[in-house]
Amino acid sequence: MKHITALKNSLLISFWFMFLTFPIMVIRVNTIENVVEWRWMNMLYVGFGSFVLSFVWRYLISRKEAGVKQAAAADTPSKRLTERLLTDSAFYRPVQIMAAVFFLAFPLIFSTYQINIMTTALMYVMLGLGLNIVVGLAGLLDLGYVAFYAVGAYSYALLNHHFGLGFWAILPVGAILGALFGILLGFPVLRLRGDYLAIVTLGFGEIIRLILENWNEFSFGPSGIANIDRPGFFNIDLSLEQVTVYLYYLVIGLCLFTMVVVNRLKDSRIGRAWVALREDEIACQAMGIDKTKTKLTAFALGATWAGMAGVVFAAKTTFVNPASFTFMESAMFLSIVVLGGMGSITGVIIGAMILILTPEYLRAFSSYRMLLFGAVMVLMMVFRPQGIIAGVRRMYHFPVKQSEKGIGGS
Amino acid sequence: MLELDDVKTFYGSIMALKGVSLKIGEGEIITLIGANGAGKSTALMSICGIVPPRSGKILFRGRDISGRDPHGIVSLGISQVPEGRRIFPQLTVMENLDMGAFLRNDKGEIKKDMEHCFELFPILAQRRHQPGGTLSGGEQQMLAISRALMARPRLLLLDEPSLGLAPIFVRLIFKIIEKINREDGTTIFLVEQNAHLALQVAHRGYVMENGRIVLEGSAQSLLNNEDVKRAYLGI
Repeated sequence: MKHITALKNSLLISFWFMFLTFPIMVIRVNTIENVVEWRWMNMLYVGFGSFVLSFVWRYLISRKEAGVKQAAAADTPSKRLTERLLTDSAFYRPVQIMAAVFFLAFPLIFSTYQINIMTTALMYVMLGLGLNIVVGLAGLLDLGYVAFYAVGAYSYALLNHHFGLGFWAILPVGAILGALFGILLGFPVLRLRGDYLAIVTLGFGEIIRLILENWNEFSFGPSGIANIDRPGFFNIDLSLEQVTVYLYYLVIGLCLFTMVVVNRLKDSRIGRAWVALREDEIACQAMGIDKTKTKLTAFALGATWAGMAGVVFAAKTTFVNPASFTFMESAMFLSIVVLGGMGSITGVIIGAMILILTPEYLRAFSSYRMLLFGAVMVLMMVFRPQGIIAGVRRMYHFPVKQSEKGIGGS
Repeated sequence: MLELDDVKTFYGSIMALKGVSLKIGEGEIITLIGANGAGKSTALMSICGIVPPRSGKILFRGRDISGRDPHGIVSLGISQVPEGRRIFPQLTVMENLDMGAFLRNDKGEIKKDMEHCFELFPILAQRRHQPGGTLSGGEQQMLAISRALMARPRLLLLDEPSLGLAPIFVRLIFKIIEKINREDGTTIFLVEQNAHLALQVAHRGYVMENGRIVLEGSAQSLLNNEDVKRAYLGI
């Protein structure tokens, strides 16, 4: 009976789609010969395709629901594969080592073009991890993260253009400026949450972009700043290929640094304060957690990584203009975090790799990119809302003494 | 130890506390009883600075704390068990306790205090690695009290610890409250709707109506007071 209803519904859907796509898929007016072409075969394809897709969709949904029921029915929490991958060292060690070898050997194997793409992807890993502090840990939905990225990029571009300062000198400056702007944004939005916070941060991102676009005397407007120095390596002149490889390793280093810091932060007291603040503000205040300070640290620390990534971006492309810092970028960062899994470092890395590398390697589908992107997001929200890899927080373990195990109330 | 002097607190333009004065001595259990919306919880929120009073004085150990930030007040030794427990559902029991000791830096002592909490509530020891959200209501209340104790307060504010609990848990929790007061010497300010129980454990009590204190006295005298009997004890 269930299958028959499913069949019926799928059939209805396929008819609906055939009707819906009729004007664009079936009718074609040939304006040269002034005749109308009727492409009935297309209608068949649409009907068949939507029928199959809807059937698969139904099947997946029913499987998901069955899975939920099963999990609820089973009393002992059986560990899922992803969780095991993250918590069992026998699983994740070999993967870690393989990943490390792959990333270290990458420039030796692949072409300059590939290295360039990978460098970009790794920059997005940094940005994703930074945003993860704000969104994943502190639960503050930030849609203007690109602003801090722009601050970093322009701080290098401008300081290099006017004063000839080098990459290494500006990297910390970019980070600090990013943090300062994070605090600057943080102050007015301290009392906001959820949607309201998202809107204000979105506005902040646009403000920064518009300032850069319109304040010609300061930022050279839409024409941007060109000929920014590439990072130096002990005053040795590097060829373009060498610089690419150098930048690659540099970004790898920064990524590792980010991962270590974020990992430490996650398990630190302030990290737990962020999680606690996300869950209950009043309880936090009753615990003596300084709400203002905790939120501002989240904004500042998140923005720091964007500032650094911005400096690297300016050094990599040697050219910055406001067009690189549109809202689409913010949406991209957020997608990386959400797709990968909020609060999970591995998830963010995988998310960045998928979202940045796939479009590069699937150039053939470039015109459908946003369409596919949307479809993937919808599918993710339905079937895996927690992201590819759900954030598994490390539990706060004290060694349990053998003698203590048995006692305690009922 | 704590003294409220003509405290007036507003939510926007609505006056919730219309000049509340009360006194809590060192080592006492004081209860504040009253009907829904009398302003009991607001009084607590005012003391711990989450809803600061607009006028009046709140003296804690001789110092005016009415303008301070909530975290500053916690650091002075006032800790609160908020209404409706408000534990952190995704943090484990131990992490919840650790958040309670947020302002402390003595790791060894924190661990000792955790063990102390586990002695008070053995069930929490069993649940120590379980997320707070998976605990039952009574266990969550125990956790909320333990979490507040982790700050080593001199004054413990409890907002309706009996709310939504089975009678057996309520009795257990009130026993523990007495024990905390007797053994650790912690002063306790107990806000309750369950007037009968509250007056049984308290030394003195205040009765609140419409943002004002209307009656005060020893717990025994309040229990015998005709007005209290009629309005709050249902006798």
